[in-house]
Amino acid sequence: MRRTLRAIPTLLRVGLAEAVAYRAEMLVWLLSTTMPLVMLALMSAVAREAPVGRFGQAEFAAYYLAALVVRLNAGAWVIWEVNFEIRQGTLAFRLLRPIHPLVSYACANVGAMPLRLIASVPVIILALATLGVGRFTHDPLLLALFPLTVVGAWLITFLAMAVIGALAFAIDSSSSVFELWLGLYGVFSGYLIPLELFPRWLEVTAKLLPFRFMLSFPVEMIIGLTPRPAALRELALQWTYVVVLALAARITWRAGLRRFAAFGG
Amino acid sequence: MRRYLTLLGIQVRASLAVAMQYRVDFLVQGGLALFWTSWSLVPILVVYGQRTSIAGWSFEEALVVIGWFTVMKGVLEGAVNPSLTAVVEHIRKGTLDFVLLKPADAQFLVSTAKFAPWRTLDVVGGLAIFAVAFHRMGRWPSPGAILGALVMLVCATLILYALWILVVSSAFFVVKVDNLSFLLLSIFDAARWPADVFRGILRVVFTVVVPLALMTTYPARALLGTLAPAHGALVLLGALAFSAVARFVWLRSIGHYTSASS
Repeated sequence: MRRTLRAIPTLLRVGLAEAVAYRAEMLVWLLSTTMPLVMLALMSAVAREAPVGRFGQAEFAAYYLAALVVRLNAGAWVIWEVNFEIRQGTLAFRLLRPIHPLVSYACANVGAMPLRLIASVPVIILALATLGVGRFTHDPLLLALFPLTVVGAWLITFLAMAVIGALAFAIDSSSSVFELWLGLYGVFSGYLIPLELFPRWLEVTAKLLPFRFMLSFPVEMIIGLTPRPAALRELALQWTYVVVLALAARITWRAGLRRFAAFGG
Repeated sequence: MRRYLTLLGIQVRASLAVAMQYRVDFLVQGGLALFWTSWSLVPILVVYGQRTSIAGWSFEEALVVIGWFTVMKGVLEGAVNPSLTAVVEHIRKGTLDFVLLKPADAQFLVSTAKFAPWRTLDVVGGLAIFAVAFHRMGRWPSPGAILGALVMLVCATLILYALWILVVSSAFFVVKVDNLSFLLLSIFDAARWPADVFRGILRVVFTVVVPLALMTTYPARALLGTLAPAHGALVLLGALAFSAVARFVWLRSIGHYTSASS
């Protein structure tokens, strides 16, 4: 444990160096998260004549810009690395190091965060400049909690990817399963359309599933759609999901590593 | 020409054989294709639950666009994307040498390297969506409209392919681009909406830079019989121009290829 903690700063520096080295790849990643902008254009067209529910054009703009920021900063991409390394057998090198592979993956992801934060600055400026501070929540507690909700969102994303990635130990490639996850995420996280606008039964389902806590929960909180008590309740639920997924990741990786045979190693 | 057709046949047969090896994946992919087709309808159902018409498109007309989106997605993931992933991998590892050494056009070889036959289910799904949309409208497209739509389909495929060649070409310069296919897919997602909903800069981008409008909205217009012939001709020209540019860029980029392995 102590050894792992001592290694983390170095691993983070390596992660940052890697992110800087592969800037182009980073840019490709960032560009692939522009879906909120497309949805913003679409929903503005929908709301041009009259607001939809609680959402007018300004609310949609706030929602999707906040969604872009959360998505930029809560993104993880460990699933591709895990799938690739398990299939190619290169995971063996990672296993030789005296720290858990998930820790090294996590450090690589977190190490890239400064670049992602920089990328989200223009979006934040744009949102504040065009919409004004008034469009966002004034509750100091919720403002203070916002970073925590983004961290929670990142943890859920990362851990879910780790769990699905661990399936690759059993079925060689879990990318189809992940595709399924991504499809559910697209609808249930509020990435495409705010959950409020869903039919009632779909909204209720979405509120219980983990997907919402990866995106729309922080977003709705920061744009002031969620009152304080509800926000605190959802925060608790979000972190419950984090704990459950952390346990699941630990179990699946322990079971998976036993099965692991380095192909082509 | 005959030789290339024979080669194409061989490559397709090889892809089929590979696909048959992974039967479980086969079933999962098939189930996923059906799931995706119906799942991609959720946003449009939600949006049209609020409004009867958006940017001049009724629900049924927007369904036709979604149908084209599903068909093109099948083309993209069945014929275009699998090879894309393979080429990027080739460039990264330097094994593109083996392709270049073969006595056939390299672009042809890499473009036909891998097909995902199971994706034809997407096309079937798209046809089903057309059927529902036209049934709800209470009319069927005229033979002329169908012919026009088929021409548009060829154009759309050409554009998609050209776009793909451009993306692959960039892999010669920035080597680590495993996620290019992911980018292509996520941008392509915007094509499920009629292009008229986009205003300003997005509209320009989606018509000229990444011509999503030409891939789904114009074919849908053709099928609905509302596409002006002049516009159709423009799409045809655009498709040819895009293909020419892609070919040119490919030839230039491959000149920059330096084997990565040894």
